[in-house]
Amino acid sequence: MTSTDNSSAESGALLQMSGIVKEFPGVRALGGVDLDVRAGEVHCLLGQNGAGKSTLIKVLSASYQPDEGTIVWDGKETALPTPDAAMQLGISTIYQELDLVPELNVTENVFLGHEVSRGGFSQRSHANRLVRDLLERLGHPEISPTRSVGRLSPAAQQIVSMARALSHDTRLLILDEPSAVLDQGEVQNLFRVIRGLTAEGVAIVYISHRLEEIREIGDRITVLKDGVTVATGLPADETPTSRLIQLMTGRSIEYVFPPRPETPRDHGDVVLEVRDLALAGVFSGVDLTVHAGEVVGLAGLVGAGRSEILETVYGARRASQGTVTVAGRTLRKGSVTRAVAAGMGLAPEERKSQGLLLDQAVYRNITVSSMNRFARAGFLNSKAERQRAGELTRSLDVRPPDVDRAAATLSGGNQQKIVLARWLMRDCKVLLLDEPTRGVDVGARSEIYKLVRALADAGVAVVVVSSEVEEVLGLADRVLVVREGVVVHEAPATELDESRVLDLVMEGKVA
Amino acid sequence: MTDSNQPVSVSKDADVTADTARVERAAEETASTGGGLLRGSLGRNLGLIVALALICVAGVITEGDQFANVDNMLTVLRLASVIGVVSIGMTFVITGGGIDLSVGAIVALASVWATTVATQTMAEDTHWILLVGTALAVGIGCGLVNGLLIAYGPVVPFIATLAMLAAARGLAEIIANKRTQIVTVPGFTDFFRGDLLGIPVLVWIFAVVSAVGWVVFNRTTFGRRTFAVGGNPEAARLAGINVNRHTVMLYVVVGLCCGIAAVMITARTTTGSSTHGTLYELDAIAAVVIGGTLLTGGRGTIVGTVFGVLIFTTLSNVFTQNNLSQSAQSVAKGVIIVLAVLLQQRLARRANTT
Repeated sequence: MTSTDNSSAESGALLQMSGIVKEFPGVRALGGVDLDVRAGEVHCLLGQNGAGKSTLIKVLSASYQPDEGTIVWDGKETALPTPDAAMQLGISTIYQELDLVPELNVTENVFLGHEVSRGGFSQRSHANRLVRDLLERLGHPEISPTRSVGRLSPAAQQIVSMARALSHDTRLLILDEPSAVLDQGEVQNLFRVIRGLTAEGVAIVYISHRLEEIREIGDRITVLKDGVTVATGLPADETPTSRLIQLMTGRSIEYVFPPRPETPRDHGDVVLEVRDLALAGVFSGVDLTVHAGEVVGLAGLVGAGRSEILETVYGARRASQGTVTVAGRTLRKGSVTRAVAAGMGLAPEERKSQGLLLDQAVYRNITVSSMNRFARAGFLNSKAERQRAGELTRSLDVRPPDVDRAAATLSGGNQQKIVLARWLMRDCKVLLLDEPTRGVDVGARSEIYKLVRALADAGVAVVVVSSEVEEVLGLADRVLVVREGVVVHEAPATELDESRVLDLVMEGKVA
Repeated sequence: MTDSNQPVSVSKDADVTADTARVERAAEETASTGGGLLRGSLGRNLGLIVALALICVAGVITEGDQFANVDNMLTVLRLASVIGVVSIGMTFVITGGGIDLSVGAIVALASVWATTVATQTMAEDTHWILLVGTALAVGIGCGLVNGLLIAYGPVVPFIATLAMLAAARGLAEIIANKRTQIVTVPGFTDFFRGDLLGIPVLVWIFAVVSAVGWVVFNRTTFGRRTFAVGGNPEAARLAGINVNRHTVMLYVVVGLCCGIAAVMITARTTTGSSTHGTLYELDAIAAVVIGGTLLTGGRGTIVGTVFGVLIFTTLSNVFTQNNLSQSAQSVAKGVIIVLAVLLQQRLARRANTT
């Protein structure tokens, strides 16, 4: 934050990442990303969900090690072997989910892991003084260093996170959707803090979905798509919105979606009817009608309330208002058991933690929701279970086809098929799919798309939530666009395109 | 889909899919080799069988005449039967993701309550069925209270059953006024202390409870739900299982087992006492854990628990035969628990990584 920064700014970039590649089993999260950040600038990172922004940040903060590519810091090529090494260089990250310990006070949080001490004894008053200085520098002298963090507002907590970052000599600060938890006034406050920091020469990498924020605070923009940098160094105040959206959506991988039925299905029997559903503080006023054979998609950003809507419809969260009716029967609030009995099924977002019994055999995962069918007086006929499960796994082409294998040993796509098989077994009327293709490779994706369409053709009412706008548009007959807990638009999928949907989810005014 | 419906079929196209398939298959095949021995039921219990055999060998070598005879074997089994029944119940609760620290206290309360009812209320006319019925009802009642607190409180199992431990033991002392009550109900001691086909009735009860436990655990929807609830409660809930109701049922099951154990210990000692079942919670948890049930839930074995109980009881018998103190037994028990758990973790890790 002193003269060295200025010299590096003159010579060009403080940070230069080129050709960064990061692969996970079955997924290429980053396929060659370039990013250069200058000292004292606000560099905005733009891209759809899944474009690779989070992975890139984690590479930069050394949570992940890149498989290929070079990182040049302050003119020297650098390896970042551990998060601590990144911190030593002056790279700090403030994640969306603030990583503060609510029970500890402000000072304790700021110095967590590098406590101010002498001979093993903490020096509390000295530490408090340092924190007071930091908070003053951030323009928030009103936050008391001895206050416990859990009792601060989200905005104040964010300031504490920033104070923590600055307690190291931070030269590059990464902010991951910092405005998501803030209201309008607080966002302005945040911007003031950011301007103060850049004036001192600190570089900021700013991630946000809100274009108008980027226009206001940003200097340059880098756009990521499908793990690749598609444009870099765009001026934040001049680049037209249409150009940005086009950059974010232009396709490089084409998914194959099964054809929709020729006659629209929105005249058949209403199977699922949701009226004025609300979950206090998350979403409100959701109306949703799904006919037999229809696929309805919910599009929106992460955190817009899509998953919460599905889970509330399913009874996994207790609605604060509104009704859910399946085939004419109104369900009791907050009872999954009733929802399942009425013919609903959910393939949850977190397959491993919410969907599967990982330790247990595939067939048990499939029959867990229809056990009674295989039981007489409580005694299970596991031979019949295995046989029926085997028929399903073969028809869904689950590999390997061994139903006695533990679910944990299967790949993501095959695990998803098992969750779907569970509900196929039950003769579901309504199927709720939350991110059905997350962590699923390209080949298995189109199989799952086909399966969903085949289910709809068999008369099931399907609701799909996906972060990938293209998936919602390709799979669904009708699309609801959700922004900040409210359905802002509803239209047949054929009347929407990706840039229109992105426009709808991003045009939102702050709070 | 109903049974008559053909499952929706997805035809795979594209060579890409076939390629991924081949790669995956190859990967899975390498993964599966090597785990085979561990997966078999013999392989899983092999360590326990060996441990039990070693203890028996030690017994034969040190005190062969006293140890290796039918009478002593029946004594071991008789001693194992009471804690064995409690451990079967404990296996259900632990596999279902819970823990019950109150089993010993429930045994004491049930025994005291039952003997009080039997000796005071109706004196001589009392049929021993009343005594048995009271003990079972008290056990079930305590289990129900535990279960309701844990499922709907919600209070974490550790705390809820810790509270029950204190309260039930205290209530037992109040009822018994800290005195030991001698059971004189006609027929009761005759039956439960007797033999059937040369084998003590108490051992028969343990055998029947174990057998019924095994069947319920491995062959019924109740058992299957126990595994699901213990393995991943959130997934179980989202799959439509009524997790709360099942949790209550699990504690009722262990309560029932405590009731049965109370009848058994009352018969064995011909007394009802508030000191019955002291430290049963530790013995039962130890037996369950060395048997191979995962303390975090989701994986459990009744056969392993039976072996666990036999190992501890036989060990204790061998020590007693050799005139070693209770204290030495406790030390040995501690060492065995640690060794067994370390061994289990190694095996589990190997099964996961291969």
